[in-house]
Amino acid sequence: MARLLEVRNLQAQYGPTQVLHGMDFAVEEGGITTILGANGAGKTTTLRAVCAMVKTRGEISFGGKRIDGLATESIVRLGVAHVPDGRGTFVNLSVEENLRLGAYTRGDKAGVAADFERIYAYFPRLKERRRQQAGTLSGGEQQMLAVSRALMLRPKLLLLDEPSFGLAPLIVQELFSILRDINAQDGVSMLLVEQNAALALKLANQAYLLETGRVVISGSAEQIGADESVRRSYLGY
Amino acid sequence: MSFDLLIHQVFSGLATGGIYASVALALVMIYQATHLVNFAQGELAMFSTYIAWSLLQTGLPYWAAFFLTVAIAFVLGVVIERVIVRPVENAPILSVVIVFIGLLVIINSLAGWIFSYTIKPFPSPFPAQPLFGNRYVSSHELGSIGITLVVLALLFVFFRFTPLGLAMRAAAQNPVSSRLVGIRVGWMLALGWGLAGAIGAIAGIMVAPTVFLEPNMMSGILLYAFAAALLGGIDSPGGAVLGGFIVGVLENVVGSLLGTELKLTVALVLIVGVLVVRPSGLFGRRIVTRV
Repeated sequence: MARLLEVRNLQAQYGPTQVLHGMDFAVEEGGITTILGANGAGKTTTLRAVCAMVKTRGEISFGGKRIDGLATESIVRLGVAHVPDGRGTFVNLSVEENLRLGAYTRGDKAGVAADFERIYAYFPRLKERRRQQAGTLSGGEQQMLAVSRALMLRPKLLLLDEPSFGLAPLIVQELFSILRDINAQDGVSMLLVEQNAALALKLANQAYLLETGRVVISGSAEQIGADESVRRSYLGY
Repeated sequence: MSFDLLIHQVFSGLATGGIYASVALALVMIYQATHLVNFAQGELAMFSTYIAWSLLQTGLPYWAAFFLTVAIAFVLGVVIERVIVRPVENAPILSVVIVFIGLLVIINSLAGWIFSYTIKPFPSPFPAQPLFGNRYVSSHELGSIGITLVVLALLFVFFRFTPLGLAMRAAAQNPVSSRLVGIRVGWMLALGWGLAGAIGAIAGIMVAPTVFLEPNMMSGILLYAFAAALLGGIDSPGGAVLGGFIVGVLENVVGSLLGTELKLTVALVLIVGVLVVRPSGLFGRRIVTRV
């Protein structure tokens, strides 16, 4: 399969502290790649590096074109949506305004209107609260809003930073099944960072194991999930 | 003070209050986006008024000069943001404040150099006779209240109901998330400066017939506008507008009760009073931080 996102020798640093030490990974067209690892391994930084939210070195190609060096908003406009760490809610704006901002770069009014309906069908809670200030939503609802806002961009690639964080287990199941639907129906590729490795490996087809900024193991999600020793020593389940 | 005089003072307070409200709104717009008070706001308005005056000297009809000036002031605001403010974006606050004050001094002396310091009369677009035969309020006062209200309504509609207005609000509140939905945050800031410049130009043109045109025309007004913005809450556009009208009326009524020497004192008392008693203003949000 063709590669939608291809990353080579990715390095990133915050001030003098280097966080990523030359990572190679890829997301296939229509595929879901997950990056697993302990706290502080560099998972969030990897996602931030892809959309230029941190200083990086190395090659990042999206759809065959180099995007390292582009500004965040230009990368977003190519079709890369990011559900950031901490959800990135516009807390003073209404739920509906948050969603409308997600579609800010789109010109097709009819398509946007249809997507509003689709999102509200996936998450009826957001429809109930569409006039409410987004900052007053619960953590789980804000997480749904963050995913929805990203989907409103109609992205080719969705970057997901711990979408299960702070959600009740039932809601996590629901959210992941929605993500699976979106991947299957719309062909949206995903790069997923998760603490919950079992969950992530079920959804993904490719997996990379990250340890202090380096990829230590990579392979198909199935393979890695089935490897007893990897599971015990790295994934802890 | 007779009742008639009081009514008259209230109306002319509302007229100048509208000017304060406009300038206060311009201050709030820049403050919301950058958390900085643009001390050069008043001078920009003064310079724009000189541009309007020059255009009128060329024989342009009043409203053509008016709208052309507003457009020029908009571009001027954008250019200042891009060329002067943007390079110091990440500099310490004190540096930025110095840049603003420098801008104030530069624009002020530039105006003096180009147009001289002699006071110039500036025409009003409204008839000299009071409208509807009323005894209380001059046509210019009524007209400038009207124009202020139109400007405020247009701004409200723009920020509330247009995608660009929404994007500007988003960029001011949460630049990181704004970039992640594809908003060009830098341009939103420049646009904010442009709008502030345009609003300031309208305020300058409306106040010039009353105070006459000279390079220091706006220095007092900026102080009142600052008082208005603080009174309403420096991060609340609606509050700034209401604060403007309150300050305008208060200044006029107190001025006629206690003598005009105390007019400016009203503004200073308000500034100090608000900062001491209620720093977040009437409608400002108190910032609560979790520790």
